[in-house]
Amino acid sequence: MLSAIAAITLMALFFGLLLGYASIRFKVEGDPIADQIDKLLPQTQCGQCSFAGCRPYAEAMAAGEADINRCPPGGEATIQALADLLEVEVLALDEECGEEKPKTLAVIVEDRCIGCTLCIQACPVDAILGAAKQMHTVITEECTGCELCVPPCPVDCIDMIEVKQNPNTWRWPDPDHLDLKSGGES
Amino acid sequence: MPLSRLSSPFLSGTNRVTLQMLQLLLALVPAVIGIVYFFGPSVLITMTLAIVVALLTEALMLKLRNRPLKPFLTDGSAIVTAVLLAIALPPLAPWWLVTIGILFAIIFAKHLYGGLGYNPFNPAMVAYVVLLISFPLEMTTWLPVTTLSEHPLDFASAFQVIFTGQISSGVAIDALSGATPLDTMKTHIGLLQTPAEIIQQPLFGLFGGKGWEWINGLFIVGGLYLIYRRVISWHIPVAMIASLATISAITWFISPEITGSPLFHLLSGGTMLGAFFIATDPITASTTVKGRIVFGAGVGLLTYIIRVWGGYPDGVAFAVLLMNMMVPLIDYYTQPKVYGAKQ
Amino acid sequence: MTDKLSSFPGGLVLDGQKRRSTQTPIRQIPLSKKLILPLQQHIGEASAPIVEIGDRVLKGQKIARAEGHVSVYLHAPSSGVITAIDEQPIPHPSGLSALCITIETDGEDRWIEHKGSADFRQLTEHDIRHQIREAGIVGLGGAGFPSFIKLNPGVHHHIETLVLNGVECEPYITCDDMLMRERADGILDGIEIMIFALRVKHCIIAIEDNKAEAIAAVEAALSQRPKLQNTKVVAIPTRYPAGSEKQLIQVLTGKQVPSGGLPIDLSIVCHNVGTSYAIGRAINHGEPLISRIVTVTGTDVKHAGNFETLFGTPMDEVLAFCETKHQPGEPFILGGPMMGYNLSGVNLPVTKTANCILVGVDNAAPASKPLPCIRCGECATACPVSLLPQQLYWHARAKDLEKTQDYNLFDCIECGCCSYVCPSKIPLVHYFRFAKTEIMNQQQETLKADNARIRHDNRQQRQEAEKKEKEERQRQRKAALAATKAAKEKEAAEKANNPDNVENN
Repeated sequence: MLSAIAAITLMALFFGLLLGYASIRFKVEGDPIADQIDKLLPQTQCGQCSFAGCRPYAEAMAAGEADINRCPPGGEATIQALADLLEVEVLALDEECGEEKPKTLAVIVEDRCIGCTLCIQACPVDAILGAAKQMHTVITEECTGCELCVPPCPVDCIDMIEVKQNPNTWRWPDPDHLDLKSGGES
Repeated sequence: MPLSRLSSPFLSGTNRVTLQMLQLLLALVPAVIGIVYFFGPSVLITMTLAIVVALLTEALMLKLRNRPLKPFLTDGSAIVTAVLLAIALPPLAPWWLVTIGILFAIIFAKHLYGGLGYNPFNPAMVAYVVLLISFPLEMTTWLPVTTLSEHPLDFASAFQVIFTGQISSGVAIDALSGATPLDTMKTHIGLLQTPAEIIQQPLFGLFGGKGWEWINGLFIVGGLYLIYRRVISWHIPVAMIASLATISAITWFISPEITGSPLFHLLSGGTMLGAFFIATDPITASTTVKGRIVFGAGVGLLTYIIRVWGGYPDGVAFAVLLMNMMVPLIDYYTQPKVYGAKQ
Repeated sequence: MTDKLSSFPGGLVLDGQKRRSTQTPIRQIPLSKKLILPLQQHIGEASAPIVEIGDRVLKGQKIARAEGHVSVYLHAPSSGVITAIDEQPIPHPSGLSALCITIETDGEDRWIEHKGSADFRQLTEHDIRHQIREAGIVGLGGAGFPSFIKLNPGVHHHIETLVLNGVECEPYITCDDMLMRERADGILDGIEIMIFALRVKHCIIAIEDNKAEAIAAVEAALSQRPKLQNTKVVAIPTRYPAGSEKQLIQVLTGKQVPSGGLPIDLSIVCHNVGTSYAIGRAINHGEPLISRIVTVTGTDVKHAGNFETLFGTPMDEVLAFCETKHQPGEPFILGGPMMGYNLSGVNLPVTKTANCILVGVDNAAPASKPLPCIRCGECATACPVSLLPQQLYWHARAKDLEKTQDYNLFDCIECGCCSYVCPSKIPLVHYFRFAKTEIMNQQQETLKADNARIRHDNRQQRQEAEKKEKEERQRQRKAALAATKAAKEKEAAEKANNPDNVENN
């Protein structure tokens, strides 16, 4: 009986040491989890998640303080990716944060712009070009569609235009969502 | 406009799943005739019962899983499972044995994994193994060949035995039954007889068991037909037969007293049924060409090991299931070299 | 290059259906009232218009210039007036629209002044490439890659062989076949020019062995050309997809184009026979690319055949000319039945890459729900690239896009052999195309997101820096203020100690 206990204890010690050694010797340097989460977010910096940008939201998720379903621009795809990374359940998008909308870009209606620079200060990615009393314009390639420039504008001259699909950006439809009997969308 | 979202190609070949299943059944006909000739008509009763239960179970499961009956019930896969299991079971298997087997095969081994195409284990073999482990007595009670039997059964009496467990002529079931050649070989070797002595018994024919060698030969015929019609490829059968022949030849050469000759092993039991009809089940076998050869070789090797050193007289079912487990690993390591890939 | 032919794995032997459209010689489609010309009929950047609405143009006049390097010029296929430069539906699997120039023809079909070179050997190679670009010539085999780029060996390459692709392996398509039969001379003109521009040693004209007349015609024309002694016709076994560039190279040489590489890495350049013909016309006769041969065929087409069609001609006029009786529910296919795509309508214009309009197919694929995959492996056996379509299918379906790339998704040439042989009738190529566009879209989004993140971080840093500067300035001001205050106090204290204001020694 005693010999059995001794044998098991010795084995436990031995394997414990082995595992400890392995965990140090074969340690893989990886991204801290907040960086990995941030990589999955769309970087719209819109604040709809109620955090001050994508990075703070990523850090909150890493600390377990925020749910993964608070990002409307990321949509279902982002929630799925986050669920895979953090190994949690997929949740439906939190309606309080917003809804998944087609991608839009800001366009300034130049007739109405008064050059107040309020939108320039609001844009989280510096996508608006302009100066005081000078015409403002949105750099289309840099605009993320976060809509943070729209409320500050005193003359309401910023429109959110839907991005049109062109043949170069068109994607083949998902065959699983096609009703193959009729060939159209199910 | 309908069809406007579908991609090319707009042509398609004549290969169809249902067609493949029908050809498989056709290829089994010669061997089934052989079984009826040698062991009486009981296998036909078992087969009919199995098919009926299989179709009913399949319909029930499809209903429960909210799947449409139309393509799945008529694709023939349930019928093929039923027929293969019926052939593998002993001729006098009671009706409840057949039913439990089919239920297990269709419900657990097929539908609970996702239905056609999603099961990792061969349903007929899963059912066979479950029955073998749960009801060893009924599963090892075989009929002797009709020419050797003292009480050969006709259709009516076979029907009686299967469904009621008794026979009107009053003969006890024990008197009807006998062991298979593989079983006999194993037990008598355990009794320290040499294979050369054992095959002198009337149970054994030219190469393997009497009647069994014919049936295995007819399975070969059916299998060659399937290869000719491109329903199965030659890799798995050839690999399995080659590996079984090789290892039994090596053992026969080194110590011939532990088991029968290579020809005996090739033409006894479920070897040819397994080689051409069971191991070649596309859903559960390996998919790459090299992988199929490894798979077939593994089945052959394991069959021999279980037969000679394992606890059961025939090892085909276990060998197939064990290799089914290895399939994802085999597939991963036998990928072909893609065009343009670096050496 | 040895004469021994190699082969590629997999592939299919298909019913060619070529006889339907090879019974009559090449005919001309009558001039249409309206020609709609998409600005992008090639791979690369769309051309930019150099005309305005209301301009009168002559046949062959430039109407759009090349933008960027991978681009070519666009020309008016007939004389008339520019009536619109706007978005029109174009032939594309999406059915979407793109920017097009619309010309209303005046019926006169008047050519602009143009002249070819009497002897192209007097030109430099650079000139030849420039003229080909200016003539708007792109690969007429279906891809539409600007041809001048494939005539530039570049600094690091030495081209051994020019391969002329006259294989045309897809069923129903016969435009290259008829071109070789009737205009072999014109094709050889182009070959002479290309051999000169690429400085190659030899040229092989590859033709499938089911095109006996074409082989005979080209060989006859070749025998009249002493300058083309280094050119020969090679008949290759008829097997789909032998006409695919990479597979053709494998058949002719046994070598494989390295993954992610180009045929030029094996010192080979491939061009289509139609492209060669167009190059001949451009250099020797000064004619820009304004028309092409289009095969119109199918079970619904009464007068199937090959037709010289001006670009921009609406396809419904072409089909009406051939008396097409379209059955409801059948697709209009642009291209072949294996790799073509379904048109969303037929009032779309014929473009540089339109090689065949197919209405009605024998042995059409059933439009029913596929059965589950039974893992039979037929798809892997049929794949000419030695991929595992089954694995690609499972992972594409599971949306595990990284895994599909592990199985070399982007090496798939979308030939359709796997879908053709599948016993469960799974639309495999559709899944692969879906996965590919999803991945490309994701990559675009990731690039955008990374860019936005950098801009955001920079902005935050800038704001932090501004804040720090401000604080620093405030601190300095405070310090200065405190110093001044202290100095004043000191002065006041000194004053108090020295009322006569006499300085101490």
